[in-house]
Order: sequence, then structure tokens, then C-alpha cells
Amino acid sequence: MELEPIYVLLADDDDSDRMFFTDAFEEIKIKTVVQTVKDGVELTNYLSVPELIIPHVLFLDLNMPLKGGMECLVEIRQNNRFKDMAIAIYSTSASEEDIEDTFVKGANVYIKKPSDFNQLKKLLTKVISMNWQYHTSWLNKEIFLLNL
Amino acid sequence: MKIFLQYDIQKMCAAILEEQLGQFELNYTVLGTGEVEFLTPPDTQTLKIIQEQLKKYGIRIIETPKNILVEKIKEAIFEMVYKEDDLPASKISTYLSGKLHHSYGYLSNLFSETTYSSIENFIILQRIERAKQLLLTDELTVSEIAWKLNYSSVAHLSTQFKNVTGLTPSAFERIIRKRRLTVSTVRPGP
Repeated sequence: MELEPIYVLLADDDDSDRMFFTDAFEEIKIKTVVQTVKDGVELTNYLSVPELIIPHVLFLDLNMPLKGGMECLVEIRQNNRFKDMAIAIYSTSASEEDIEDTFVKGANVYIKKPSDFNQLKKLLTKVISMNWQYHTSWLNKEIFLLNL
Repeated sequence: MKIFLQYDIQKMCAAILEEQLGQFELNYTVLGTGEVEFLTPPDTQTLKIIQEQLKKYGIRIIETPKNILVEKIKEAIFEMVYKEDDLPASKISTYLSGKLHHSYGYLSNLFSETTYSSIENFIILQRIERAKQLLLTDELTVSEIAWKLNYSSVAHLSTQFKNVTGLTPSAFERIIRKRRLTVSTVRPGP
């Protein structure tokens, strides 16, 4: 039986990064439907639509102008509506402390952004397939943590 | 002008099924409410088309034998991981094939084809999930957890934990505790 696609939302202000990610999603084995937004404000607006199909996973760039990834993360986690949406934060660099901090603030996944396309595909596959397991196998999403 | 209708659901469904399944020349019997038995199983492609067509009438296929078997595999694994005395890895294939009355090869292929994982990976994931839960109950040390879950050593558990989550057991515990503290002190307004 064919599996339902995973709904992904990607928030990144950089055009080429957005393309990097969407191309990678297209090539991984797991079927995804990807939407993108360009910054934190657009993200907030997108998520406040009442008829929204809530994404399974939100990929959030930490460094965005106007409204940064961290601010969005905290805000989203205060809203019960999105408690089942996994949030994957990514950034080019971070100290162990900062990484732990994003987990403490409610992120499920932390990704150190790779520059290699194949590496990115591997990481995305790991995130999506693990999230899918949580989604389908009675696992508690509160303790879904993945550091890549 | 008003007219009044009375519905005979059984008859309606039988007619729809006749219409939808008939076109594929499938041999089937309708058994009671909501059960259809095929003499020869339709292939995946045909089944998918039927599923799509039936959706238009509000009829959903809720489970296929394959999906049900996969759920049974997961249940068996779940039971195995959460039972007090775990079975060692070498017996897993015998355990599953004995319990579910299919060869392990068949179960393994079915599982991989229906989920995004293998049976082996799924077992590891479940064991680590249990380790996480035990870490958070605060009653056992990491060594005790490793012993309880049948790992050969603390190092083995920690290594597998780190492989699966990217975090050490202690980092994981620290993060969840901090998180729970934060949540209890920040309450957003109505």
C-alpha cells in the first residue's frame, strides 16, 4: 500500500538554501509535500490560517531577519494547536550549549547545516523517517529528540 | 413538494461495490457489515484504484491484511521490549515467526515495504524509547537501565542511544528536565 506523503514546512530567508532543501526533499525516498516561507513573519501568518493542514514537520532556519528562528520556536511551542508538529531547527554553527538551549525551548531536531547535498539528503531522510515512526507507532513526541 | 426517503445501507453498499468491483471482474463475497472477502486477492494497483473510487462514495478501506500484519509485528515487538525479561537479539526472528505464523523473511520484507524502517531498526528504536522513559522516571541509574534492557554494558546502551538520538543519555535527561521546568513557569495569557 502506498504511504501518505509527509507534509513539510520550511522557513528560510535565503533563496539558495530554500532551493537546496527543496531539491533534497524531492530526491529522498520518502514522499513529501513541501511548502516554504521566507521569514518569521510569513511563517507566523502562514500558521495562523484557520483551515491550515498542520505540517508534520517544520524546518526552521535559526538565523532569519525580522523574526528569528528562536523567537518563532518559543511562540509556536506556546500554542497547543501545534503540539504534534515536530520542529527541526537548523543552523550553520552552534555551541553545544546553544544546541541544548534550542532543545530545551521545544525543538525536536537540531541539524548542523551540511554543505554537501548528499549529506543533506541523508539527514533529511533520518529526520522524516524518525518523525514518521513517532507519528505511526505510539511513541511519545514529547521525548522525540534528534541531534544531527 | 417534499418526498420522504428511507435508506437501505446494505443494499446501497452492495450496489456500489457491484459497480466498482465488478469492472475489475473480481470474485468476492460481502460478509456481514463492512467485510468483503476476495477469492483471489486483487493486486496493489487495482486495490488502490478501488480505494480511490470508493472514497467518492464515502466508503473507506480501513485496513488491509498487510497493514494489519504490520501492526501485529509492531505489537509483538512492543510486548517484547516492555516485558520484564527481554529476549536476546538472536531469538527475535524465531519469536516473531513463531508468534505470527509467517517466516521471518516474509515478515521482514513486508515490514520494510510497508514502513520506512526495518524490523531491526524498529526494535532498536523501541528499546531506546523505553530507555528514555526509564531515564525520566528517576528511579534507576543508567547502569541499571542497561541491565534491565539486556544491553551487554552501559557503554553499549550509551553508544546505541547516541547513535539513535545524537545525544548522550545524560544530555537527554538534562534537556527534558530543563524543559519541564521552563514549561511550568511560563504560562501564556488567554
